[in-house]
Amino acid sequence: MDFSDIIPAMPGLWNGMKMTLQLMVMGIVGGIALGTILALMRLSSNKLLSRFAGAYVNYFRSIPLLLVITWFYLAVPFVLRWITGEDTPIGAFTSCVVAFMMFEAAYFCEIVRAGVQSIAKGQMGAAQALGMTYGQTMRLIILPQAFRKMTPLLLQQSIILFQDTSLVYTVGLVDFLNSARASGDIVGRSNEFLIFAGVVYFVISFSASFLVKRLQKRITV
Amino acid sequence: MISIKNVNKWYGDFQVLTDCNTEVKKGEVVVVCGPSGSGKSTLIKCVNALEPFQKGDIIVDGTSIADPKTNLPKLRSRVGMVFQHFELFPHLTITENLTIAQRKVLGRSEAEATKKGLALLERVGLSAHAKKHPGQLSGGQQQRVAIARALAMDPIVMLFDEPTSALDPEMVSEVLDVMVQLANEGMTMMCVTHEMGFARKVANRVIFMDKGNIIEDCTKEEFFGDQSARDERTQHFLSKILQH
Repeated sequence: MDFSDIIPAMPGLWNGMKMTLQLMVMGIVGGIALGTILALMRLSSNKLLSRFAGAYVNYFRSIPLLLVITWFYLAVPFVLRWITGEDTPIGAFTSCVVAFMMFEAAYFCEIVRAGVQSIAKGQMGAAQALGMTYGQTMRLIILPQAFRKMTPLLLQQSIILFQDTSLVYTVGLVDFLNSARASGDIVGRSNEFLIFAGVVYFVISFSASFLVKRLQKRITV
Repeated sequence: MISIKNVNKWYGDFQVLTDCNTEVKKGEVVVVCGPSGSGKSTLIKCVNALEPFQKGDIIVDGTSIADPKTNLPKLRSRVGMVFQHFELFPHLTITENLTIAQRKVLGRSEAEATKKGLALLERVGLSAHAKKHPGQLSGGQQQRVAIARALAMDPIVMLFDEPTSALDPEMVSEVLDVMVQLANEGMTMMCVTHEMGFARKVANRVIFMDKGNIIEDCTKEEFFGDQSARDERTQHFLSKILQH
């Protein structure tokens, strides 16, 4: 075991980590936005909307993320060509971001839905009694309270996504894990680099989980 | 001001309201009482369409609730409502609770809404708490804020749904004092409550409900006067509630 080769490889690994973080942040932001819309659809009294959202959630929760990533990589350019009539190269990064957003949205939808349902019905009545529309009630009264309650769960889901971003190696993106593997291969020290990558994932995820637990305690008190 | 005409409501097969008819005139204070499950809370929630009903109509200041063309949010913004469990918005400060609907629904400026909100807070004697969150206030204080929040919308009528039922006994009077003051100023009020002292003091009329029916709809003098003229169920209810 010789870990000394890792030091000179740091800039490359850092670039990989930047890719991982970018994918994660964009996946979370897009996933929460789309997931919130899906949750509102699922809670809506319109049967068509709520069935569509229900089917979406069930579908994406029943297939592996790896499949979604490869499928988007292969299918999105094809679909775009079909729509626009010309070749529109979108690249592995964009297709992965879209895949993460759509996949995570299914999970965030369920978190947001539970959060909204946990807010007492009286709050809805009180806001409407003051003349607020359904949209205003959701935006100003229900969702702000729901998100506060949901924060620990949203963060927990984000930690899972942080690890799952490593699946982008299938479409050739160089994230943190992939850069560690590649750098290790070059200098013939794969084991050391993979152990290092494992330690980094563990430290980040574990400390994030730890912080989430403390936050959870503070919120519930 | 409010006219309730033949209102019927079912939850599935169960009929909660049966042919309810009554009127609340401008400046009148009407107390609605009855045993739990009698439909009195449901009836008052029908008045601002928080509960839908299947048959009949309610006209509030000339606007029909049952008419699908009615802009319900707009109508509700003119009808103040106070709930049993206060329902202040816990994520907002007291000032924000008082101003949010003024700004978002009535389109008032922040300065105007704040001025109005703080004046009403002063009126219910809670100016010192403007910057706190609802969770830091006692039940009685929260309910007074809730009354101020409803008044900030300049309502044409105030609905109270058991405003003191969730309060500790020593806090009931501070809320009732605010309500009595409001009644004396001529506010039109419809009030679901078991506080018969309040009814005696300020009510013009008393409605007694049982099993979804309006059994009595009479003046306060009649209601608390000669009991032999009252329905048996009313006598029974009053004998229980007035013992204490």
